[in-house]
Amino acid sequence: MAEKRVLELALATPGVDEAGNVLRVPLVSADHTAQEPELDSDHMLINIGPQHPATHGVLRLVVELDGEVVMRVIPHIGYLHSGFEKLGEYRHYNQIIPLTDRTDYLSAPANNIGFALAAERLMGIEITPRCTVLRVIACELSRIISHLVWAGTTGIDIGAFTVFLWMFQERERAYNLLEAWTGARMTTSLTRVGGLMADVPDGWTDRLREWARHLPQTLDEVDRMLLRNGIWLGRTQDVGVMTAAEATNWSLTGPMLRASGVPFDVRKDQPYLDYDAYDFEVPVGEHGDVYDRYLVRMEEMRQSVRIILQALDRLPDGPINADDARVILPPKRKAMSDMESMIHHFKQVMEGVPAPAGEVYFPVENPKGELGTYLVSDGTAKPVRWRIRPPAFLNLAALPKMAEGHLLSDLIAINASVDIVMGEIDR
Amino acid sequence: MELSAGGRSGFVSPNWVTTRLDDLVNWSRANSLWPMAFGTACCAIEFMATAASRFDLARFGMERVAYSPRQADVLICAGRLPFKLAPVIRRIWDQMPQPKWCISMGACASTGGIFDNYAMVQGIDTIVPVDVYVPGCPPRPEGLLYGILLLQKKIKGESVFDPSLRVEQLADKNGLFLEPAAVDELSEPFGNSVHQTRSA
Amino acid sequence: MTGAATPNSSVATLRERFGASIGRSTVVLGATIVVVERSRAHDVFAWLRDDPDQRYDYLVDLTAVEYRDRERPLEVVYQLRSLPRNAVLRVKIELDASGPLEVDSVVDLWQGANWLEREVWDMFGVRFAGHPDLRRILMWETYDEGHPLRKDFPLRGRFSRAEQVRRALGADLAAHYSMDELSIAEAYAALPAAMRAGLAREAGSGKSEAGA
Repeated sequence: MAEKRVLELALATPGVDEAGNVLRVPLVSADHTAQEPELDSDHMLINIGPQHPATHGVLRLVVELDGEVVMRVIPHIGYLHSGFEKLGEYRHYNQIIPLTDRTDYLSAPANNIGFALAAERLMGIEITPRCTVLRVIACELSRIISHLVWAGTTGIDIGAFTVFLWMFQERERAYNLLEAWTGARMTTSLTRVGGLMADVPDGWTDRLREWARHLPQTLDEVDRMLLRNGIWLGRTQDVGVMTAAEATNWSLTGPMLRASGVPFDVRKDQPYLDYDAYDFEVPVGEHGDVYDRYLVRMEEMRQSVRIILQALDRLPDGPINADDARVILPPKRKAMSDMESMIHHFKQVMEGVPAPAGEVYFPVENPKGELGTYLVSDGTAKPVRWRIRPPAFLNLAALPKMAEGHLLSDLIAINASVDIVMGEIDR
Repeated sequence: MELSAGGRSGFVSPNWVTTRLDDLVNWSRANSLWPMAFGTACCAIEFMATAASRFDLARFGMERVAYSPRQADVLICAGRLPFKLAPVIRRIWDQMPQPKWCISMGACASTGGIFDNYAMVQGIDTIVPVDVYVPGCPPRPEGLLYGILLLQKKIKGESVFDPSLRVEQLADKNGLFLEPAAVDELSEPFGNSVHQTRSA
Repeated sequence: MTGAATPNSSVATLRERFGASIGRSTVVLGATIVVVERSRAHDVFAWLRDDPDQRYDYLVDLTAVEYRDRERPLEVVYQLRSLPRNAVLRVKIELDASGPLEVDSVVDLWQGANWLEREVWDMFGVRFAGHPDLRRILMWETYDEGHPLRKDFPLRGRFSRAEQVRRALGADLAAHYSMDELSIAEAYAALPAAMRAGLAREAGSGKSEAGA
């Protein structure tokens, strides 16, 4: 172990060998004579992160550089691992909803909805028409606000700081809407199993319509600045290319997959929430580079506005919660006056709602990609297994492939184009 | 500088010169805090929103967010801190030169938040000394600003001539800077966490 | 969208081709699930990906499930999708929880499996034979409290909080921030002779290199 430390410059981050010893890169050979490390004298090993402004969260990249050219990059994750999936095994289904806010915190309502849909499928609950349309509105709103952050932070990484301020201003307006509906700007906990936490307040739909009409103007301003900007084109075109076959094999998902030319979108191919009744297009790229990902996401925002306006026109009146007393909390007045309602309230809060034994994998199209919720139940009120299939995790895994051979500044641009959120990657 | 016999050696008892100097130094420190934004999770997004146009940290002198700890004054831990990240924040804290302060932003940084499990540090105060705790999940930008104003008030109450304020709390040979019993006590589950996880 | 109760047609073809290696299959909430024998699993996956009538070219997810009921085996679950046919299939490999937890890696078939398998190793302790780089991904490399998502692993971990903090802080900083990974390796020759000798002595005595 200690005596036989061989000079072995593995450029990957040291791991552990079978005996559990941490493999490291010693600077002396087995016979204790100093030796030139075998590291090619032109190559540098650089550590980026986990605390770094451009890594979009606590991501650590170990980069082998030949001058400015990236020979290899090894991402290290897990710096935000919070034990979500373990925690979910000790919570009732409705208690898991606030946990889902905090995985992909840039688009919390979409996560809430993804989980609620999976739980409802598992329990065999039908949601009401009004709930369905409101959830579509919430999903598309999440898509827009997530892409707004993405556009802002990508702009900053590549050098366009103004975009960040404009995008955050739009996001603040969206926060006003979310706060009016749920009480929280970001961690909304919007859904409950079988319905929603609350109906939208009066006048909210008008404010949303106003916001949705205004947003494309901001997007056009950003496009005026970036779409044909020589610097932007130079920094993003032909950078980080993934072909369609590679994207499929690496399990890329969402805008990353579509920018590479694979026209898969869960809303179109495995529709949920009546998405097949809406008229919208899914942008698909050609070259699979950073520029195409920019185009895809900007267009997705415009299509989301289209969906929101259609949803507002379709929004029916009616209850937001399913008519199932076992699952939905009774109104307060009834819980205080009617014995049966009080018992339902008591059982739901103290014991939780049991789901029949079984399992479900429910995919939804989140802004980052296909968010899958795999729930396994053994008939009790707490799941046996709550697996989050994280889209950003799989997209980031392809970073070494995308960045090889590019410059260091391209690595930053590629990392930005992946649209990672460490909360979801590390869970 | 022993102008009078104080209780602690080296402590100068306040007089007109020192209080004027303290005012000047504290005023300049409080109004130009350069934050080391140690943003990990959701709170980091609210921190970014606080720094953006609507709430604007720049009017408090905190516009220049230092990404190098060597040039920072206040460590704002915005977000949850898992055990894997613990040595990172400790190292960042150690790299910051005095005078330095720490704001723990959010419930997770203050106490571990909703994550009372194997992966999460139950409050960064088990790892670094904290001056201001800002509760919330995430705290509203106004909440964070209130926490910053509290820190400014704390700074204005300090004295340059009190060396005990600027002592580096180094880790002992075990890597802890608190007693193990203190760490356990700070990390104990409380409130809902005691009842919700009966089966654990 | 409850889906038909008839299983995905791949199952029948699988049985024809692989016979006894294909275990039971069910349809749960519209999804077809088929259990595959561990020893032939890799062949099954390769066929599922490459056969022109199957073409499951996209690995959606790879995870593991351990049940509270000790009688049930630990399952390694693969969600497969065929993009051209827009079909999905869930394949499971059952492992005896008390026996060796090892299956063949499918990284050579789908590159997306690389990190997914590392996560299953980290959280469940299932080894993937043939994986190019099987080490922990979410916890740190020298984490030794166990495999967190196993049912015998308590929610708050096995050690006391103070012990967990101590181990986290004391985790070999060089493994996280390997000084060797930084360009100091290049500067080795430029170090003073005394320092080089000191490093040589430390390396020889087996003590870890002095971290910063």
